[in-house]
Amino acid sequence: MMFQPVILWSDALLFLLILAVIGLAVWARREDNLRAAWSRVLRDPVAMSAATVLAAFVVIGLLDSLHYRVRLEGKAGEPVRYAVELNSALDALLANLRTRPEKTYSAPLATHLYAKETSTDGTQRDFPRLKHGGAHLGENLDVHGADIAKRALFGAAAGALLWFAMHLALRRLKARRCGIQADGAGGAAQAVAWGAVSLTLAPMLVLGGAIVALSGGYHVLGTDKVGQDVLYLTLKSIRTGLLIGTLTTLIMLPLAVLLGILAGYVGGWVDDLIQYLYTTLSSIPGVLLIAAAVLMMQVIIDTHPDWFASSAERADARLLALCLILGMTSWTGVARLLRGETLKLRELEYVQAAQAFGVGRFAIMGRHILPNLMHIVLIALVMDFSGLVLAEAVLSYVGVGVDPSTISFGTMINTARMELAREPMVWWSLAAAFAFMFALVLAANLFADAVRDAFDPRVAK
Amino acid sequence: MSLLAVRDLAIHIPQGDSGRGVGVARPVDGISFDIAAGECYALLGESGCGKSMTALGLMRLLPPGARAASGTVSFAGRELLALPESSMREYRGGQIGMIFQEPATSLNPVLTVGRQIIEALELHSALRGEAARERAMELLAQVGIPDPGRRLDEFPFQLSGGLRQRVMIAIALAGAPKLLIADEPTTALDVTIQAQVLDLLDELRRTQGMALLLITHDLGVVARMADRIGVMYAGQLVEEAPRAAFFARAAHPYSVRLFAALPDAQRRGGALATIPGSVPPADTQHGGCRFVERCGEAREDCRRAPPPWRELGAGQRLRCVLERAPEVSTKVGAGNTATTPVAPPLLDVQDLRVHFPIRRGVLQRQVGAVRAVDGIALSLAPGRTLALVGESGCGKTTAGKALLQLIRPTAGSVLLDGAELTTRSTAELRPLRAKMQMVFQDPFASLNPRLRVGEIIAEGMRALGVGAGDTAPRVAALLQQVGLRPEMAARYPHEFSGGQRQRIAIARALAVKPQLLVCDEPTSALDVSVQAQILNLLSDLQRELGLAYLFITHNIAVVDYLAHQVAVMYLGRIVECGSADEVLRSPRHPYTQALLAAVPRIDGAGREVVKLEGDMPSAANPPAGCHFHPRCPIAGEECKRDYPGETRIGATQVVRCFKAA
Repeated sequence: MMFQPVILWSDALLFLLILAVIGLAVWARREDNLRAAWSRVLRDPVAMSAATVLAAFVVIGLLDSLHYRVRLEGKAGEPVRYAVELNSALDALLANLRTRPEKTYSAPLATHLYAKETSTDGTQRDFPRLKHGGAHLGENLDVHGADIAKRALFGAAAGALLWFAMHLALRRLKARRCGIQADGAGGAAQAVAWGAVSLTLAPMLVLGGAIVALSGGYHVLGTDKVGQDVLYLTLKSIRTGLLIGTLTTLIMLPLAVLLGILAGYVGGWVDDLIQYLYTTLSSIPGVLLIAAAVLMMQVIIDTHPDWFASSAERADARLLALCLILGMTSWTGVARLLRGETLKLRELEYVQAAQAFGVGRFAIMGRHILPNLMHIVLIALVMDFSGLVLAEAVLSYVGVGVDPSTISFGTMINTARMELAREPMVWWSLAAAFAFMFALVLAANLFADAVRDAFDPRVAK
Repeated sequence: MSLLAVRDLAIHIPQGDSGRGVGVARPVDGISFDIAAGECYALLGESGCGKSMTALGLMRLLPPGARAASGTVSFAGRELLALPESSMREYRGGQIGMIFQEPATSLNPVLTVGRQIIEALELHSALRGEAARERAMELLAQVGIPDPGRRLDEFPFQLSGGLRQRVMIAIALAGAPKLLIADEPTTALDVTIQAQVLDLLDELRRTQGMALLLITHDLGVVARMADRIGVMYAGQLVEEAPRAAFFARAAHPYSVRLFAALPDAQRRGGALATIPGSVPPADTQHGGCRFVERCGEAREDCRRAPPPWRELGAGQRLRCVLERAPEVSTKVGAGNTATTPVAPPLLDVQDLRVHFPIRRGVLQRQVGAVRAVDGIALSLAPGRTLALVGESGCGKTTAGKALLQLIRPTAGSVLLDGAELTTRSTAELRPLRAKMQMVFQDPFASLNPRLRVGEIIAEGMRALGVGAGDTAPRVAALLQQVGLRPEMAARYPHEFSGGQRQRIAIARALAVKPQLLVCDEPTSALDVSVQAQILNLLSDLQRELGLAYLFITHNIAVVDYLAHQVAVMYLGRIVECGSADEVLRSPRHPYTQALLAAVPRIDGAGREVVKLEGDMPSAANPPAGCHFHPRCPIAGEECKRDYPGETRIGATQVVRCFKAA
């Protein structure tokens, strides 16, 4: 074996989550009303276009979650040894970006460093040439612009070609599905908005193609203080953002659902207790509470170095702990929402009919209340996702977020604080983090909006 | 010349792909009628016939998506549909006023009543400031609100339903309209309040010369109010007639059946005529007569082309090819034969009380109690029907739920088949739950939308372990018993109409083989024709299974048709009870008399009218002495001091009134 696969805790949870989503999707296909609602989402062009962008992010995040260690070259007869460094499939794909560090800052697509250096003979101060960025040009710097244009065009053309192929494939698929449905009974054509998917894919692929082509010879988004490629950093940040967004909701939801329904349905002292709990929790400033918990957790992690085999594992544990803390502190809003809705449902006649049959409390909650709350749960889930991605950025900026060695949007923004104060200003790290996060959160919000509309019972079918 | 002339008005709602392809719903499909100044024109029909949509179309207040596709609406010579929106606003609320069904939601809860009337006045008159306030007070006085000066500064939540509807009428009158559109103005109100509001509308029409477009499904209200009647069915008018002609000889098969579906005492024990099926959805493509699917007399040519208008003379015309109105036979029942129950009572309730504590302050000390049910006694024999009658807020639903221990009573005893219920714990009650079940009011809220019909019906069987093993055959049998098809068990509730849903709810209750069924207004959310189906089903089931019904209702006609015994409730207590004949034919309590007199009757004949003023007092603070004395026309001194004891009259009739003896 050339490598040893490593499954971090967060990887395991992420894949578990993906499996759960697939399972839920299969289940939703069988439930009539859920299928109807989701098919409204599928028919919504904006939702499908947002979903395409989200899917791209998810693919990057998943690639970044396939971790392994490379086998070290060793003499025959020695026990097999693996590198300490943990790599992911994304790292392997981006080896080109990862393994070509510069000395320090360089602007996007630049050929020279962003800082003057005294030349080796000590006579001149000038911007030195980059080791990798534009190295293929040699001394012939006049063709810099032309080379960029050529590469960009070539990449964009390749991207366009790829898009065209995918577009045709999509149309074939669509035509075949329509054909099947026309034959089948009902004839209710589930017109998935493939057009929107295709339309979104076009700029993504063209842009992606250009970036791939350019990144062969340049640092497309420049480099940071220690010369790492900013494009690489942003792509690595995606996994962190996704993890925080999804795992936190996973921790938060069961708490919120259980406590919200209990408070609303059982009432009495249970309701009082849960209400006091969440009123107390939400009256402590959120960042303070999280900071206190994170700092405590940090102390625990630092005093037990023996728990973790590598620094990557430690960083991973910190990330998970952050998800846990965020989850424990952010369930209150959803719980309150669910409690209110449960109070309403509790008075409905079908719940009273079940009571008249002597159906047990928990059976009523499970059969009659929870299924009628699922739309709220789902909406809360997708709406909270983007909020949590942003929360990570804020927390890392404040310094209580992920491990400093973990690459995330938050840590990138945190370092950008110094870069913006520098003269001349280094703007590209912040801009890159901003652009990617903006795309992710906007896509998530648009998708959430569409989901909410689709599940809104007031919208006519 | 008529004030309002509607010609061929059609309202279309383009449908997205509703699964049946792109289509157009036509809730109103070419209707024409005229209203003269000072006339009351009633649009009559079941829900889904397009009555309200017509009214909204006249006011150009159609919901988004809907549009008036063709036709003209000319009001006092002006074509309303062609007016720009800015001039239309002068008509709305100015020339044409409108009042809605639900007074609770048509007033803005955060503005005072005065503010809302003055807003309308400032829009449609030059009155400002003190003058506007004076006029608002006049308007409130005009609609019969006592102490208008104080009421002006009150908020809607401080007013009762009847007063709110009067305020709505006052706002509608602020623009001095020539035409008032009243969309089910009394449907949400109790009969005694309904009588007050109808009187008010009638008086305003006579004194102001205002025309009234009355939209209703209630034949009684029509008989009380209308000069002319238009019967709507599936977006079209099918019959138009002056009141006298309509009630003497309704000609269209639909109108005839509407009359035949009305429950009353003569039909007791027999079956009511029903109209099979339901109103076709608005996006149906009609080839011939729209009623053809539900008409017993349909001929071949009915399906081919829509029938033309045919004049019958005396202003009556209809859309039907039949020469003679069909005779719909309703079997006249044997009446209420058995007079005294022979069997020992199945249900025996003594001194049942349900008090809800009112808590105030930091320590949540109890400062009082809402006495929703305040000591009632009932007794019901197997196979009999006891109707619990009263206006909303009198505690009848609470009483029903307290019987089933869904709300734990504060005091009293409930014996079901000899077993005391009130002292049992939830677990001890479970085996008894199979003996008593409930059918709820709103068939749309009483079925869990996320469960299949089969699961809904089987729920009770599983919970109570009735008919252990495979429930599927039993579910199928139950569905057939209530007149549905067994394969419907696999469907979801939203695929069913209101009447079908109520059948499912009845099947669910029957699944555990109960002996007592508490029916809480089971037909009040249904149309007349569907109500007849459910009432027939209930009386069939009673005959077959020997069920006892506790029938909670405010609908006197249903009581008259179905009940063996009647108990009249007022403010948590039973004021009169006895056999149906005694209580309904010779009521002795002034409240019962007023309640019966307030019911609008289709024959136009009324009893000697006993008018009730005001509203029911709050159960948190009932009047001293007889609860009814502030509204009672014959109350004396002793009524203010003491609560009257029982006075026995006749074989079973018991009255709590000093004046009844």
